[in-house]
Amino acid sequence: MSASNLHMYVMAAPLLSAFFVNLLGRMSKAWVSGLTLGSLAFSSVASLLLLGKVMSSGGFSYTVGNWVPPFGIELIVDHLSALMLVLISVVALFASISALKSVERELPGREHLFFTLYLILIAGLMGLVLTGDAFNLYVLLEITSITTYGLIAMGRGRAPLASFNYIIMGSIGACFYLLGVGYLYLMTGTLNMADIASILPQMDGGAAIATALAFMLVGLWIKMALFPLHGWLPNAYSLAPTGAGLIVAPLMTKVTIYLMLRVMFSIFSPDYLFIANPLVQSGIVWVAALAIVCASSLALAQRNLKRMLTYIIVAEVGYMVGGAWLANSIGMTGAVLHIVNDALMTLCLFLAAAAILYRTGSLDFIHLQGIFRKMPITMAAFTVGAFAMIGVPPTAGFFSKWYLILGGIEAGQWAYVIALLFSSLVNAVLFFRIIEIGYFFKEGEHHDHTPRNEAPLAMQVPLVITAVALIVIGLGSGPLVEHIIKLALPAGF
Amino acid sequence: MSIQTSIWPLVAVLVSLLGAIPIMLSDRNPNLRESWTLVAALTKIAIVLSLLPHVLAGGGWEFVIAQVVPGVPLVLRVDAMGMFFALVASILWFFTSLYSIGYMRTLGEHAQTRYFASFAVAISATLGVAFAGNLLTMYLFYEVLSLSTYPLVTHEQNAEARKSGRKYLTYILGTSIGLALPAMLIVYSITGNLDFQDGGVMAGSGASPELLALVLVLFLFGFAKSGVMPFHGWLPAAMVAPTPVSSFLHGVAVVKAGAFSILRVIFHILGPEQLATANLGWIVCTVAAVTILIASLVALTQDNLKRRLAYSTIGQLSYMILGAGMLSAAGMTGGLLHIAMHAFGKITLFFCAGAIYVAAGKKYISQMDGLGRRMPITYLAFMLGSISIIGMPPLGGFISKWNLVLGAVNSDQMILLLVLLISSLLNAAYFLPIVYRGFFAKAADPVYEEGIKEAPLFCLVPLSVTASASLALFFYPDIFVTLAQLALFP
Repeated sequence: MSASNLHMYVMAAPLLSAFFVNLLGRMSKAWVSGLTLGSLAFSSVASLLLLGKVMSSGGFSYTVGNWVPPFGIELIVDHLSALMLVLISVVALFASISALKSVERELPGREHLFFTLYLILIAGLMGLVLTGDAFNLYVLLEITSITTYGLIAMGRGRAPLASFNYIIMGSIGACFYLLGVGYLYLMTGTLNMADIASILPQMDGGAAIATALAFMLVGLWIKMALFPLHGWLPNAYSLAPTGAGLIVAPLMTKVTIYLMLRVMFSIFSPDYLFIANPLVQSGIVWVAALAIVCASSLALAQRNLKRMLTYIIVAEVGYMVGGAWLANSIGMTGAVLHIVNDALMTLCLFLAAAAILYRTGSLDFIHLQGIFRKMPITMAAFTVGAFAMIGVPPTAGFFSKWYLILGGIEAGQWAYVIALLFSSLVNAVLFFRIIEIGYFFKEGEHHDHTPRNEAPLAMQVPLVITAVALIVIGLGSGPLVEHIIKLALPAGF
Repeated sequence: MSIQTSIWPLVAVLVSLLGAIPIMLSDRNPNLRESWTLVAALTKIAIVLSLLPHVLAGGGWEFVIAQVVPGVPLVLRVDAMGMFFALVASILWFFTSLYSIGYMRTLGEHAQTRYFASFAVAISATLGVAFAGNLLTMYLFYEVLSLSTYPLVTHEQNAEARKSGRKYLTYILGTSIGLALPAMLIVYSITGNLDFQDGGVMAGSGASPELLALVLVLFLFGFAKSGVMPFHGWLPAAMVAPTPVSSFLHGVAVVKAGAFSILRVIFHILGPEQLATANLGWIVCTVAAVTILIASLVALTQDNLKRRLAYSTIGQLSYMILGAGMLSAAGMTGGLLHIAMHAFGKITLFFCAGAIYVAAGKKYISQMDGLGRRMPITYLAFMLGSISIIGMPPLGGFISKWNLVLGAVNSDQMILLLVLLISSLLNAAYFLPIVYRGFFAKAADPVYEEGIKEAPLFCLVPLSVTASASLALFFYPDIFVTLAQLALFP
């Protein structure tokens, strides 16, 4: 096993086990959990090793099957993609421990089907962060989208409809992206990102290149649910089976943000994006600010925990898009750090929601009364996740917000700064409303009469670990930024 | 001046936090659980005292917890000002713990484990605020303090508690996120660091007076725990909490953390000299003076004893802020000293209010006529506490008020002198009648003549000790005065 192939192992493990889960999982459920957890644990270890290697000896590019770029498929392993690989595999691992339990309850007899899609989705996400080819990116994006459509459609009730909505919107987004790639191919004659990037500055492409950029961005914005293109997300994520939500909610939007960064900086350049077109740049920050404010306000109107969380996800997308377009290194640091933090915060909250749902059968606010007494450990972890979302130090969420706000101040984008503060306050209201409901009791009920009824250990353990991780990463955000994220920033920052 | 690296400041902060673990594990054995609380409290005092001599000698202690943001680590640094607050908080926590045991058990309160655990977290956070070495660290502990006191404020878990809890968080969290956080980020974006430096980290940064004024106002209202109007409404509402919570948190730890934070910012972030040059002291003084007068007037009208104490606290907190706002040596000393003097006085008053509730079940002043004859010790302590707050000799409160008066005279601000005098009269007007009616008025309820006697010893001893301490502080204020001098004029 050669160390230079580590990233291939990371990606291959879930992909291969997807097939075996499908074949062997029919015979015995033990195969499903064994293969899923085994392959993801393997990926997690391998991705950590890979990150260590990148930190010690720098990034590298890898040509699949030794076909030289620009003709062959090129994979890029640098600080940013190695970090994303760790994030994806670790989040997937923890999510799957809990998901195994909830899928067993919600989709009895179909576990092998669910986890086949689940593992392909993860392999697709890993491919997305590695690829150095604009067209491959499209293919992998569709792999992850199609598996997600399937996973969501396995939910009950109106889930198939929500999935169908998502298919329509997702396909439109994919078309936009593909059109953009097409333009670029026409102009440059290549699909390799690095190749395009080296050709573009010499070209006087004008409108065609601007159109390509616009199409690619809009395509990705639809996929990441940037307000006002978010319409599909709340239904899709809240009606999906719990197990699907656990993986899709923390990772999909975050990986798409990563793709936006790749398009912005591996294909185009800061010069082109920020200096040549300052109006576009500040316009996008304004849209991001609007997205944050509107999505936060919409979250206030929800009466169900999971739906509320989905609107928060939409607001958080605005955080990161805004941070990436602030055009300074502090904002960019904040955006990348927030990708990591937001994935973990969302995971923490969705794990808690899954545990509550498992025991109480409902996530409507009125059914959460007295939940602190019933499930103290789950709710303690939920509270940590909530504090991270609000941005209470020393949880991780505070520090990425710190960089984002600071970047906003430096760029003089006051609307964005105010939007971030507004959203923190709204998050405080949102989560303390739930904490209050859970802390108090129904009329006439008393805490002595409410029995403890904690979630099964398989759901508690990943939840508690994630909650602790939020604090540990918060306290360790100095070294994290210093040794990884600073180096992961695109050239020129 | 030598700063030594040591882990003990961290231990001092964490000891009560770690104490929360055995407290929760001893859920089924109340005696054991309370022993843990007391052990943690005593350990805390011991550690703080062991750090004291070096600080008195002009040195300090430092411990870096984590590197979180470039130029701004999470760091504890024990300097004279932090030691000042830590000393007050840790000593009073011990007596509050004793008092809590008596109070909670006599009333048979529910969820006592949660109560003691939250309390332990809150005192950890308080010490963290005291020992914080920079603004970010202080903000962190300030927020932890806000959040850990929520379960205490809402302890009763009824509709009123829910309402008060909501109000509490809205004011405290809303201002800290909405005002203090952006102010801190603005300072950081100008200076690139948030250290507490003598003379202020922003001194010499070349910030315009307008910007300084903006930052000052954001901080002044951002640390709403100090109860400056119009962000004071949470404090009377929070009186729904059990009395030990009101006495310690809303007489000492929480509210003083607010005032302390504002003083820190004025002394060590913005810098008194810079503020004086930019002529911005009047903003602070005006806000504080208005708060003092209105709060004292409102206190007169309150019949609920704890609410009257709450409004009195709002007024007294602004004394500290007023002193800092004078930007003169005596004024600032008086402001800082008032943190300690007021703490000992006010906690006594709250302890007495709780003792009256435990022994007689009374909350309203109008029902307390004649009660003093049945509870002489409690009422005597109440009298001492009142006199200290009013600022008359021979109690500790006189010393801080004297300095404040000097500060007003020295800086030729006669209007502030007038405010101080009027307020003292109002303080006397709302406190002394309680004592008088307790001892001399005809009993409101004939039952008083037989059934009622003093509260249990666990309540009585702490309130006697804090009352005596108030008295002693008049004769031996040296340690606090020295620390205040060291903090302000190193």
